[in-house]
Amino acid sequence: MPESEAPAVDGVVVEINGLEVIARKGELLIDAAERAGTYIPRFCYHERMKPVGMCRMCLVEVDSGRGPALQPSCMIECTPGMKVETESEITKKAQDGVLEFLLLNHPLDCPVCDKGGECPLQDQTMAYGPGESRMVEEKRHKEKPIPISELVLLDRERCILCDRCTRFAKDVAGDPLIHFIHRGNNTEVNTFPDEPFASYFSGNTVQICPVGALTASPYRFKARPWDLETTESTCQGCSVGCRISIDSSRDQVQRYSGVDIDPVNWGWLCDKGRFSSETVNAEGRLSEPLMRTAAGLAPARWSDALSAAAAALAAASPTSIAVIGGARLTNEDAYAWAKLAKGVLGTDNVDAQLADGLPVDAVLGLPCTTIDELCAPGGTVLLLGPDPKEELPVLFLRLRHAVENDRVTLLEISPRATGISSLARASLQPRPGETGELMRALTASSDTDREIAGVSADRINAARALLAAANGPVKVVLGRASLSESVSVTLDAATVLLGARPDTVFLPALRRANIHGALDMGLAPGMLPGRVTLDAGRNWFAECWPTVPAAPGLDTIGILEAAAAGNIDVLVLLGADPLADVPDAELAERGLAGARTIISVDTLLNASSLRADIVLAAAGFAEKAGTTTNLEGRVSALSQRVTPPGTARADWVLASELATRLGADLGFTTPNEILAEIGSVAPSHLGLSLDLLAGAPDGLLVPADLPEPIEELLEELAEELVDQTAADVSTDAASDGETAEGAESGEGGEEVDSTVLAEIELAESAAAQPSTVTFIPAAVVSAPPVDSYSFRLVATRKLYDQGTIVQSGNHLAGLAPGTSVRVSPYDFDRLGVAPGDTVSVRSPRTTLMMPIHADSGVSRGTAAVVLNQADYRVSELMNIADVVTELRIETTK
Amino acid sequence: MARLSAENTEIALEIIGRYPRSKSALIPLLHLAQEQDGYVTDEAMAHIADLVGVSAAEVLGTASFYEMFKFEPVGRYMVNICTNISCQLMGGEELLEHAEHTLGIRPGQTTDDGLFTIEDVECIAACTEAPCLQVNYRYFHKITNGEFDQLIAELRSGSRTDIPAHGTLAKVRQRIPADRRAGVITPEDTAHPVWLASSQEAQS
Repeated sequence: MPESEAPAVDGVVVEINGLEVIARKGELLIDAAERAGTYIPRFCYHERMKPVGMCRMCLVEVDSGRGPALQPSCMIECTPGMKVETESEITKKAQDGVLEFLLLNHPLDCPVCDKGGECPLQDQTMAYGPGESRMVEEKRHKEKPIPISELVLLDRERCILCDRCTRFAKDVAGDPLIHFIHRGNNTEVNTFPDEPFASYFSGNTVQICPVGALTASPYRFKARPWDLETTESTCQGCSVGCRISIDSSRDQVQRYSGVDIDPVNWGWLCDKGRFSSETVNAEGRLSEPLMRTAAGLAPARWSDALSAAAAALAAASPTSIAVIGGARLTNEDAYAWAKLAKGVLGTDNVDAQLADGLPVDAVLGLPCTTIDELCAPGGTVLLLGPDPKEELPVLFLRLRHAVENDRVTLLEISPRATGISSLARASLQPRPGETGELMRALTASSDTDREIAGVSADRINAARALLAAANGPVKVVLGRASLSESVSVTLDAATVLLGARPDTVFLPALRRANIHGALDMGLAPGMLPGRVTLDAGRNWFAECWPTVPAAPGLDTIGILEAAAAGNIDVLVLLGADPLADVPDAELAERGLAGARTIISVDTLLNASSLRADIVLAAAGFAEKAGTTTNLEGRVSALSQRVTPPGTARADWVLASELATRLGADLGFTTPNEILAEIGSVAPSHLGLSLDLLAGAPDGLLVPADLPEPIEELLEELAEELVDQTAADVSTDAASDGETAEGAESGEGGEEVDSTVLAEIELAESAAAQPSTVTFIPAAVVSAPPVDSYSFRLVATRKLYDQGTIVQSGNHLAGLAPGTSVRVSPYDFDRLGVAPGDTVSVRSPRTTLMMPIHADSGVSRGTAAVVLNQADYRVSELMNIADVVTELRIETTK
Repeated sequence: MARLSAENTEIALEIIGRYPRSKSALIPLLHLAQEQDGYVTDEAMAHIADLVGVSAAEVLGTASFYEMFKFEPVGRYMVNICTNISCQLMGGEELLEHAEHTLGIRPGQTTDDGLFTIEDVECIAACTEAPCLQVNYRYFHKITNGEFDQLIAELRSGSRTDIPAHGTLAKVRQRIPADRRAGVITPEDTAHPVWLASSQEAQS
């Protein structure tokens, strides 16, 4: 943590190695020493977990007034006058002894250990330990290594029992599936027999293991630390945007590790993100463009593929061109494609979402919040969206920490239980389609006396009391709790809450990586880059773009319907797979069948791109530079670490090439130039620049962290000038000790004078700047009346599915759990079926024969399924036009 | 031999009800499981994990800390022979060797009829009575080879009924009626221990 955070007022003065150090009140000695530049060796202590004092490596001589004594510096708080010696003979003797003890049974198989070269045990033994072993006895032997999950291997001989992994599993992830087993010399970390460490966060234990006891199977024997080249980037596994380091060797990505940044991931990653490193090197990566021939898709030359694509686009009228997708793209790619589609081709039929998200006015127009604000101590958080553990796993970790340690009250409204239900003070499971009605009861002025949306009056009233008692604004994680329920239901609920509590803030919980960036860059119907609507930004963009679409276009549903009706000549899929992801499989099928020419821009072939006429091979993550935007609107840098396969090109290059062939010039030749253009034309992103980003390792919140709009800046400067005059007056009267402050503001004042003129000039040009999009309150949704013979469908997603990231990794692919239809134990008994029996699941669309299971997390009268799994394509059941999907479940006996 | 039987599940729930936090009932429930099957089965640990709301790994972690919980089947009679210093001086090792010959097994093994398991144990705190041993944790003092053989013969023939099967905690199960329970108030919420009031009540 930065030193400036230490407030001198609350500080505690301690003496470390003869130097005075100001520690924060309650700060652990090990942290205070590190902040002051004295690193105390440690194994068990981890700054994101509670200390346990297991390893004794951080013993230092501490004198708290009763004479010096060895104490573990990770377990004692700094107290006034404490004298600490971290380099005395006694301390060194203790460190030497502890290391000898830790090495007693350690096999010293460093030459064949993945950790060798970056191992704290190795490094600290070199720095603080005995040069030679006195051990002549036989060491303890155990089977090496044993898999404790599909992804993690455990070598118990190497383990020093520091308790890091077990503490992580219990305290951070909440999956206490590994534990110390046995006692004394026989103690080991292990799982329960046949119950693997199947945590979504298991990879973190590998990263924090201070020895080579826990290793990751995807990285096993892949590289040596001294061969690795490392770059920081941002994970593109989901929209949380965890900061990672990418390690490569021989121009191949080898692994990702979590980087600790305060506002987002605290060093943690989910396993999907961590092991998505395998996706980069996946078999089947497209290395050259493909074109459809009589024999199917065949490799083609770039010039042929691009000319064919450009010819198809040139031949189509703007309204018959559509673009779906964009969440895989960097901000720069997205801007380039937005400029090509809207500014060159003139079509507004562009949508980065696949009918599984929220309208763009909700994502960009609702009062927003950040992860830090969401998790701030003592607040109230309402989950009105998907299961964060399944869709945004590191957000789940942050929320879990907030509830467990920071007194955050969590309420949950979800049609089925989620991974975070056990942490919620109130967990309401409304019938699909009736969330709005439930929200009206929750925000009403008095208690209800009847059941609403299938939720009992008692539960509603208890939750209502919690909401009413909220200290400060209610912070909402907003998204799609179930994809078989119309988005209007969620919007209705959000509108009601915002009406009742205008200070409510929202965090949009969209799943795909850079979906926020794609929407920011205008990849949505009716939008232009910089969070402005087509109408508001028309004049602004008319000045810098060749053209601007005449009227708002179609969203993904509209595009697919138009295509099905034969009205789409060219459909561009920007890394999108509508067949898998649109929660209405039939519509997606009809849409793709009806589009005359499909151009897919992707890194791998998927079900939809297999239908394409032209496939343009795109460079993927770690293969190109750029920026990304997470769900908070935080822009961070993505780095190139390896070269793309074959001749695959960055998406923005493809947009630029196509523009050239269409006789236009997008006007940029590098991602940096695109970023500069975004920073100068996208109204919400004005002022964003490479320099600014380089100085912000945690990323930049747009627009909060950007230079303030000129008018406000000028006003503030004027105020500052007045203040400074006042300060000058007070300085005269003040004592010598306070003059420093006065002098500083005086300097600031002089700078103002020199820049004022230039800024006024800028302010004049900024006068026509369009205002950003605002949330359009949604209408009341009325769900169809309850039919007691039917089940309402709840369709959710799991972390591991048939998506590209999971399926292109050797180690993740097998983790997708598959699906079955799950009903409440009550309904299960009522149907008179046995677990796993095949039942007929009939919706107005189709009938699927699926196995059935009882699930206590499912409410009566609902049936839960998981989307995008291999065994059953449940999106066939759904009709996107319906508010809810009603099912009949019948036994087949 | 698997999960807790229906009857024992009921007892388990009663035991859980005695504690403000169900996790506190872990050790008593492990004893219950050992009483049921003679050792603690994996299935019973998984069942206990469900009952008290922790993971099975946590149950195993707790249980395996304790020497007297067994995770493999053992004989009906667990014979612990002390070979620590006092007993060793007084012939404990010879007694163990004799026991091995008599029963035909090594320490840690169980006789084919499933009746006896021998263990070579550290001091069992009866040094004045060395050499000593325990059968299912009941003491036998100053044992000679002849006395050992006689003890085994009596246990084998069933003529000794004072030693219940391994795992049995007591001949009479403790029952705490609901009105005599300490109450399920968490320690944080209590100013005085609940038993204090009831014990004062009993004295007056």
